[in-house]
Amino acid sequence: MATASESPANDRAGSLNGSTVISAIKAAGVSHVLAVPDLHTCDGLLTPIAVDPDLTLIRTCKEDECLGIAAGLSYGNKRAVILIQYTGMLYAMNAIRAVAVSYKQPIVLMVGLLGKEEGLAPQKSKRLGIRVIEPMLDLMGIPHHLIETDADTPMIAPAINQTYEQSFPVGLLIGRSPSRS
Amino acid sequence: MMDRKEYLTALAARLTDEIVVATYSSASDWLDITDRPLNYFSIGAMGLASSHGLGLALARPERRVIIIDGDGSLLMNLGTLVTIGAVAPVNFTHLVSHNGSYEANGGQPIPNKSVDFAAIARGAGYKACHTISKIADFESKLDDLLHADGPLFADLMIEQGAIKTHDYPGMYSADRRALLRKTLDADN
Repeated sequence: MATASESPANDRAGSLNGSTVISAIKAAGVSHVLAVPDLHTCDGLLTPIAVDPDLTLIRTCKEDECLGIAAGLSYGNKRAVILIQYTGMLYAMNAIRAVAVSYKQPIVLMVGLLGKEEGLAPQKSKRLGIRVIEPMLDLMGIPHHLIETDADTPMIAPAINQTYEQSFPVGLLIGRSPSRS
Repeated sequence: MMDRKEYLTALAARLTDEIVVATYSSASDWLDITDRPLNYFSIGAMGLASSHGLGLALARPERRVIIIDGDGSLLMNLGTLVTIGAVAPVNFTHLVSHNGSYEANGGQPIPNKSVDFAAIARGAGYKACHTISKIADFESKLDDLLHADGPLFADLMIEQGAIKTHDYPGMYSADRRALLRKTLDADN
């Protein structure tokens, strides 16, 4: 499971530009974003996505709806990114288990790690919910990548492409709140 | 009240190229009546039938998508009505088999058998909502349910079915999903 979270803290310094993340999503052919608002990514991702003419934003009431919608969209060869907070991912674990893993649907989980301490690996966080995210993805056999700086964004499009080519989920963990350019 | 297979049989007789998303006990009865390539069965994460259906409706706007939901399933994802009401896909028909029980879970009652799903759907923004308890009424509304601009909703009052075991792995097999995908891809 590829992850950059083992890097020393000082390697993770830098910034994360929201428009770079959005460009990477679009470069992978994503047409739909399914979202429940997350304070961590609202400003840098959700707000610009809402007005992006190339993306259709579907706002849902709860995170597990996104799993069903993304699966349904795939039958029309439409690609989607699910944009949620880590708390929402924890809520939706049964849907992730059933729809994404057991039924092998192409599901891209872009998960905001609200409150993760800067420069700290998620599994070292003082927050229990953040500490368990990567181990839970590992338990499910879901590959995941930590996106914390602009240097990490080149892994986004290949990860999404692989998800749809292999029809299996991926986690893209947003470690730093993206800035709005 | 109707028998579930009664209304499903009437529905099946009128279908042509619609995608049908069915869940749990409704899915089992639907499969007994019609095993067609455009069936999509939602199990494993209870409540998501309408969410899968919304994705399908958005992905395939040229086809009507019909959800055959359960009352217990819908209660597990009630917010879906608000999401669907907001997106408002015109090719979306949402039917709920309302028997007042979690039939797939041993027939235990849902918290409130009298819940008015049509009122909730109406408040959430569905374009037309019905509560139907007689087969003649259902049949008279079928034309609209299959062709009118949606999203459309019908709360169908049915008798509880027999508690039985179902072949869920068979219903939601990889082969079935592949056949649905192949059938839809043939449109392109």
